[in-house]
Amino acid sequence: MNWQLALPEIVLACAGMAILLYGVFARPERSFLTCSMLTIGALLIAGVLVLSGVPGTGYHDQFVVDAYSGFAKLLVLVAVAFGVMMSLDYNEHANMRRFEFPILMLFSSIGMMLMVSANSLMTLYVGLELMSLSIYVLAAFARDERRSAEAGLKYFVLGALASGLLLYGISLVYGFSGTMSFEQLAKLMVQPGAASPGLVVGIVFIVAGLAFKISAVPFHMWTPDVYEGAPTPVTAFMGTAPKVAAMVLLVRLLAGPFQPLLDQWQQLIVLVSIASMLLGSLAAIGQSNIKRLMAYSSIGHMGFALIGLAAGTAEGVRGVLIYLLTYVFMNLGTFACIIAMRRRGRNVEGVGDLAGLGRTDPAMALAIAVFMFSMAGIPPFSGFWGKYFIFTAAVQQGMWTLAVIGVLTSVIGAFYYIRIIKVMYFDEPAEAFDPRPVSLSVVAAASGIFTTFFFLFPAPVVAAAQAAARVLFPNG
Amino acid sequence: MNANVAGFPLLSLLTFLPLVGGAVIMAIRGSEEAVASNARWTALWTSLIVFALSLVLWFRFDTSSAGFQFVEEAAWLPEWGISYKMGVDGISVLFVLLATALTPICILASWESIGTRVREFMFAFLVLETMMVGMFAALDFVVFYMFFEGVLIPMYLIIGVWGGPRRVYAAIKFFLYTLAGSVLMLLALLAMWYAAGSTDIEHLMRHQFAPAMQTWLFLAFFASFAVKVPMWPVHTWLPDAHVEAPTAGSVILAGVLLKMGAYGFLRFSVPMLPDATATFAPMVFALSVVAVIYTSLVALAQTDMKKLIAYSSVAHMGVVTIGIFTVNEQGISGALFQMLAHGVVSGALFLCVGVVYDRIHSREIERYGGLADRMPKYALAFMLFSMASIGLPGTAGFVGEFLVLVGAFKVSFWLALLGSMGMILGAVYMLFLYRRVLFGRITRDDLKSILDLSPREIAVFAPLVVVTLWMGIYPSSFTVFWDASVRAMVANHLAALEATTKLAGVLAP
Repeated sequence: MNWQLALPEIVLACAGMAILLYGVFARPERSFLTCSMLTIGALLIAGVLVLSGVPGTGYHDQFVVDAYSGFAKLLVLVAVAFGVMMSLDYNEHANMRRFEFPILMLFSSIGMMLMVSANSLMTLYVGLELMSLSIYVLAAFARDERRSAEAGLKYFVLGALASGLLLYGISLVYGFSGTMSFEQLAKLMVQPGAASPGLVVGIVFIVAGLAFKISAVPFHMWTPDVYEGAPTPVTAFMGTAPKVAAMVLLVRLLAGPFQPLLDQWQQLIVLVSIASMLLGSLAAIGQSNIKRLMAYSSIGHMGFALIGLAAGTAEGVRGVLIYLLTYVFMNLGTFACIIAMRRRGRNVEGVGDLAGLGRTDPAMALAIAVFMFSMAGIPPFSGFWGKYFIFTAAVQQGMWTLAVIGVLTSVIGAFYYIRIIKVMYFDEPAEAFDPRPVSLSVVAAASGIFTTFFFLFPAPVVAAAQAAARVLFPNG
Repeated sequence: MNANVAGFPLLSLLTFLPLVGGAVIMAIRGSEEAVASNARWTALWTSLIVFALSLVLWFRFDTSSAGFQFVEEAAWLPEWGISYKMGVDGISVLFVLLATALTPICILASWESIGTRVREFMFAFLVLETMMVGMFAALDFVVFYMFFEGVLIPMYLIIGVWGGPRRVYAAIKFFLYTLAGSVLMLLALLAMWYAAGSTDIEHLMRHQFAPAMQTWLFLAFFASFAVKVPMWPVHTWLPDAHVEAPTAGSVILAGVLLKMGAYGFLRFSVPMLPDATATFAPMVFALSVVAVIYTSLVALAQTDMKKLIAYSSVAHMGVVTIGIFTVNEQGISGALFQMLAHGVVSGALFLCVGVVYDRIHSREIERYGGLADRMPKYALAFMLFSMASIGLPGTAGFVGEFLVLVGAFKVSFWLALLGSMGMILGAVYMLFLYRRVLFGRITRDDLKSILDLSPREIAVFAPLVVVTLWMGIYPSSFTVFWDASVRAMVANHLAALEATTKLAGVLAP
């Protein structure tokens, strides 16, 4: 058995336990910072191992390593590492200096890596649960605060429901096909009459369970409340890495073994996509809390990413991967700026609190402006390229309705993004924010540089995404 | 790099040099006063150097060729047929020059009128110049689209930060209107790329798109370019944006940004979609005639000087779209001339409004009267530009309108007749404006002590006066640039239509 396939995960898990031990015995006042640093180090090592990994399947075909999982894992690891960095300063201020925080993130990222490497429904479920359980705890981490506890509980209850749906779907698929392995499923699906009603119902349940994790309409209800209530670094974390993992998993499942059933699930994804884009762009208009606004924005973004899946082609999957990449950096950067919104030691979250930032803190205002223009899909920023490749796939498949609705909702979405820019640049300045900690500046600057200059060298990224997408479409 | 006359990537230099100037401006440190002063001078020198470099285009451009010149190409996304490609032909070369020429004038015009956040203003303006030059020079559709959309960012900020009382409304309206149009063009771009396998504009021009597809592509382009031109009935963002923008913003908006839509029609719609162009020409004519007559009447009723000129812009651009869709040599040549002339003249008219606005801080026509008495130089300049706007022979405005009407006459008598209404109504509202602002008796005390043009303002107006007269008296020094390109475009258009007719004859005997 080729156990080395899962080397990054194994190393990460061992490192997690070691850091946990260290945290228990270390002096409490220092343990948070040290554990965070060690976590970032472990993530870095895992990243190197992912890069040097060789493709193959192992663990009785439960686990697969390929270019597709590699792309997603690197993205997840980068997002988690930035997430840990963003929590450093926030947790100091919010009295959450507990060493478990980075370790929970680390375990969550192991779950995500398992998800993207899943080659059977069982691995899928185990990975998903490992990820989710860690996030439930993280969401309620500010335990003395009512909002945070509420967010954690809400996420847990609804998440459990979604897990139930997912599990039910898995059992249906297993019942009607007799296997959990993706490869076996793929072989079965090409046979005529494979799409038995029971199986299709099972797929629908699985899609519902995963749609909950990527907060696609109509499974988005939890998103605004949990985004708002959770500590901001946790929100930043939830908004990036788990979304990537769940989306990548959904794509692998539908475009992989269930590819022959495209006709069955395509309409479903199209509907979810349109509903997400519409709700994401319309509901965000009325928000005055920037974290809630970002929640709706992420719902909309997931809707756009789903267009690529709906196309059901290698180009579409490539579009999804590029979209996720640009989305992660835009979101990380924006949240780094949101965490930096602090006045006299207290975090503020209103859009109005950004008033006049262009004068009081030009660098931060510039960064936010870049992210907002990018999310609105204005070239040359990276967000435009994400949309470009997504819409390319839709146009190639002749899915004009979806494409037209997509671009029009992106215009509606642009309204609230440029409204934030308006608040920052056109309004009279409010009181200045406290000085920014270096860690947040680093995250914001790195994301900003990526977002701004992506257009200069898109070729390698596109080629990597292309290679990853090819894995799912060996013939296409 | 091939066929690059200058021997170095001139167009890239013209495009990105302003960004370098912008970076320098953002790096300036010191007291607010010093920063403002340095930013002004840096921006002015940068834009002057860019203009000086762009004169190479004027002197080295081979006017006998219809092809693209100064072409440069670099790999960008080679596997997907997308490359960074720049170049100019007879149609675009003078617009590059228009952009590089108007920018220093605008910077000079905002020397004193922009008092807050000077550094950011100058930076935004230089970014805007990059976007404008890049847009006219782009020879790849994706590159074009990036610059085309990118214009929104600096312009949104210029209107929103330094604009008038309703700037926020105007800025957001401007942004969303133009964005809504452009995203549909993005879909058309993708469809064309998928059909032709490349986004190279030259390649797309040679590719024959299926007539049914052309219809949809045309409509998508139309959504984008019609908003930019702007054509009636999607012109409503323009008066708002013009009124609220600072003077320099209005000048660049009228002078260059409005040309982007018409340029898009000439670069994409007409040469790439010949059948759809022929099909939809009557619709464009109808909308243009409505624009010419209706917005001229609306202009007549305005009480705000900037709004009046903004509506006159819509009318003038209506003439341009008529000219483009006649698709004959006179019509297109006239449209191009009218675009250039309008760029200079309406820009100058906005500057004229800016001059009195800086002094009195009002744009209400009622607020003025009798200025000719105190400001003879100003009255002279205003007179010249008003006459050019009306289309008086000997000024820039005449040649373009005349050629367009000749072209329109070839298509239809009624089109020419209705199109010429614009000139008559134009005379009415411009003379009416001129009389109310410049003539009559001075009734208000603050007008009695108003000062005539300062040396800086004379420096702003002098080149515009010279160009306006030059274009009117010796138009061939401009038309010679595009004659070959226009002739080729018209010939290709007719050939494509003939091919379709033949094909239809073969298919349906």
